[in-house]
Amino acid sequence: MTEPTATMINEQKLYKAWGLSEAEFKIICDKILHRLPNYTEAGLFSVMWSEHCSYKNSKNVLRKFPNKGKRVLAGPGEDAGIIDIDDNQAVVFKAESHNHPSAVEPYQGAATGVGGIIRDIFSMGATPIAMLNSLKFGNLTDEHTKYLANEIVAGIGGYGNCIGIPTVGGEISFQERYKNNPVVNAMCVGLINNSDIKYGKAKGENNLIIYVGAKTGRDGIHGATFASDEFTDDNKSQRSAVQVGDPFMEKLLMDACIELVQEHSDWIMGIQDMGAAGLVSSTAEMASKAESGLVLELDQVPQRETNMTPYEIMLSESQERMVLCAKPQYRDEIIKFFNDAGLDAVVIGKVTADKQYKIYQHGELVTDIPVAGLVDDSPEYVHEGQTPKRLLSENYQEQYVPQVSSLSKTWLELLKQPNIASKEYFYQTYDSQIKANTVVKPGSDATVVRVRGTRKALAMTNDGNSKLVYVDPYVGGQIAIIEASANLIASGSEPVGITDCLNYGNPEKPEVFWEFNRSVEGMASVCETLELPVISGNVSLYNEFNDEAIYPSPMIGMVGLTKDLDDVTTQGFKNDGDAIYLVGTTKNDYNGSEIQLMQTGDVKGSLNEIDLAQIKANQKQILQAIQAGLIASCHDVSEGGLAVALAEAAFENQLGFEVKTSLTSEEIFSETTGRFLVSVKADQKAAFEKLFNDDIEFLGTVSNEQTLRLTTSNSDANVDLNEALKNWKEAIPCLMK
Amino acid sequence: MKFAVVVFPGSNCDKDLFFAIKDGIKEEVELVNFQETSLDGFDAVLIPGGFSYGDYLRSGAIAGHAPIIPAIKQMAAEGKPVLGICNGFQILTEIGLLPGALIKNNHNRFICETVPLQVMNNQTQFTSEYEADQVIDIPVAHGEGNYYCDEATLKELKDNDQIAFKYQADINGSVDYIAGITNKEKNVLGMMPHPERALEKLVGSDDGLKMFQSILKNHMDRVNQ
Repeated sequence: MTEPTATMINEQKLYKAWGLSEAEFKIICDKILHRLPNYTEAGLFSVMWSEHCSYKNSKNVLRKFPNKGKRVLAGPGEDAGIIDIDDNQAVVFKAESHNHPSAVEPYQGAATGVGGIIRDIFSMGATPIAMLNSLKFGNLTDEHTKYLANEIVAGIGGYGNCIGIPTVGGEISFQERYKNNPVVNAMCVGLINNSDIKYGKAKGENNLIIYVGAKTGRDGIHGATFASDEFTDDNKSQRSAVQVGDPFMEKLLMDACIELVQEHSDWIMGIQDMGAAGLVSSTAEMASKAESGLVLELDQVPQRETNMTPYEIMLSESQERMVLCAKPQYRDEIIKFFNDAGLDAVVIGKVTADKQYKIYQHGELVTDIPVAGLVDDSPEYVHEGQTPKRLLSENYQEQYVPQVSSLSKTWLELLKQPNIASKEYFYQTYDSQIKANTVVKPGSDATVVRVRGTRKALAMTNDGNSKLVYVDPYVGGQIAIIEASANLIASGSEPVGITDCLNYGNPEKPEVFWEFNRSVEGMASVCETLELPVISGNVSLYNEFNDEAIYPSPMIGMVGLTKDLDDVTTQGFKNDGDAIYLVGTTKNDYNGSEIQLMQTGDVKGSLNEIDLAQIKANQKQILQAIQAGLIASCHDVSEGGLAVALAEAAFENQLGFEVKTSLTSEEIFSETTGRFLVSVKADQKAAFEKLFNDDIEFLGTVSNEQTLRLTTSNSDANVDLNEALKNWKEAIPCLMK
Repeated sequence: MKFAVVVFPGSNCDKDLFFAIKDGIKEEVELVNFQETSLDGFDAVLIPGGFSYGDYLRSGAIAGHAPIIPAIKQMAAEGKPVLGICNGFQILTEIGLLPGALIKNNHNRFICETVPLQVMNNQTQFTSEYEADQVIDIPVAHGEGNYYCDEATLKELKDNDQIAFKYQADINGSVDYIAGITNKEKNVLGMMPHPERALEKLVGSDDGLKMFQSILKNHMDRVNQ
């Protein structure tokens, strides 16, 4: 096949099929190149200027997030963000979406999402210690959804289990709107000594560009552009854009890269993973960060297939590949080092001073464009927002009133709802215990992983209730941050930083953009109040199927520093006779709730305003109480309200309770954010109560009896613990049959 | 006592075993590359879990042809303790040091959880610190841990007291709920569960510690004889 000429690309507007607009093409011709780009060059611009690589539609909104803080060592812009955790150690983390590939080829789509995020962590020089994921599917009553769920979960497990990083936590939720466009977000957390941190820079004229890892094939070409487009029935078959993962290769690559950084740091200037937009994105970004130029010699690039064009080589998203910028005097040592590990390592180019990005193939110059034009000069769009119609409908401010004719019946029914029921069926297929550091396993508010050789631990969570963001983007966004923070606090950890995946529909639609912008403003407001920096993340837009967007779905990945292992706390009640308290005031918060969904089949209505100062004060006091050793168990009260929180606290160690509350049988299902369900040893009641003054209610006591006894102000229920547990535990396996 | 932990490409529990020896029983331990051909100077060899060679072809099959294998066989022939865990167990069956095979879990899913195991034989150098019939909590994490052998082999395993551990429920389809077996001489043990992940109550269970203590104690008894 002969490639179209520059003139043909211009006249036939071929660039449009790659996602470049006419206006963008004009900028490239008139402002950057002052000539027409050839086929390869046009291809490079189209991927580098895709939303996935350039954030052209979202940059303006993302600036609203705070990204600085006293512990922040590196923020957005690097492969991953870095937070100091004292003692010359730091935690490195990032999350990434793989929604589109997972919709088309669920196993490989999810697996390569995991592989990509792991590379982002070890490319900083860090050792990955844990993985989390956030998955949103359609309803499990649908056969195709079951298939997607099974394959996506198997892909995540298949990759993570093989490479040997524990998959320790996450969240899974279900809603019709994700049926054809599932959300698959993966997060990786790594540890590093501060002195080992490596940045992805191609610095110093004549330093070498070295390609390491798997060979380049024709897989995944234009994956980044694919990720920046909507799904319709017509383009569902874009299978060529999905890559195939090889976790074994990645394990070799990971071990070698970490050893290189730890033992031979002086050999290299920078290291970067080849992710979306493959070779072009990784090398161009390294050059841009160092304000350098680059020359690449494509004949040297290890290739899996014959007769690959420059366009194909540069845009391939073959997996398990890295790029190094190395000092020329260590060339032979580096190549031998990787060969000994069973990996290809080849010099493919060098750093230049002219700030141009030049590519040669067969002795011919096939690309010659300014690095800055490619990486930094992508246009930035500020879209017009428009309040979605659903939010303006009549009576939207009114709260839903739940119908609770039988407290025990409603309670048991709610425990069976897929969003609330145990997700063990899925997470049991992930190796969560490898490395023998997992102190709190999946299933509690947050997972806790100890830092070997210290008394410290890291707590981590993925959270984002998209139902709430859908009904009220601003307050729903606020709650996403509050809940993630509460998860860490409840586990005895101090939140130190955030990564996010922002999954939305097409931002060119005013209503979608409005949702995106307002929810980010909501999230940012809480980040400011709680002093939490957003240090890395990813935006996934165009999540639509046949013109209908998914729910606005921000996923918050948050990491906390547990100062001492003695502070580690779980949600389950511990001892017969312990006192149970509810911390925080319960209001009528039923809009967007699980009980509204269960009883009406839909969620709607705006959310009540949140008192952030009160949230902050309560979270701070809970952490202090845990650190003072006053708390036996602590559970964040969220979906399903106090009723579900009580049941979950009972399940962990199979202990019953006797609770009498001033709340009504309706209020017991309210989802007011910022509340905690706490149990306290009998002899510490006085000390605990003294700390909290009036924002607590004594609820009752934990008991050895296998019964959940609940008395509200207008009803009561005695539920058999095992029956409740069965409802909660067996709902998902039953649906997956 | 000096332990070797063999590292194949794709092994991923090698460091956990390393820490089990170094921090768990505080003995000498070295990671030994699969390309080595000698285990001279080591008193025991541990084959870790993981996905050697990506488990491509068949789990443990390619590792079974690595340069280090003859040295492992020699250790076994000399009566020294050889312990294979998870992928290590699969490798031991591949190279014929243990009978039977590990096939896909009958439910076709990977399974990770801490399960109760019954100690079936506490008269081995791996289990002597456990009580007879003691039930211990040890994590499993495998997709191909379904132990299979034919009737005659099973009878032989039973007759020779080679069954070391049994699950308390059918978690993966294993014949007779078998979780771990020894050779006839009882110096080679293969097991799917991971004792190296159960050394501290902090991470869920410390029931695995006694296995490493057993190996050490029996070695010291031999040395002191």
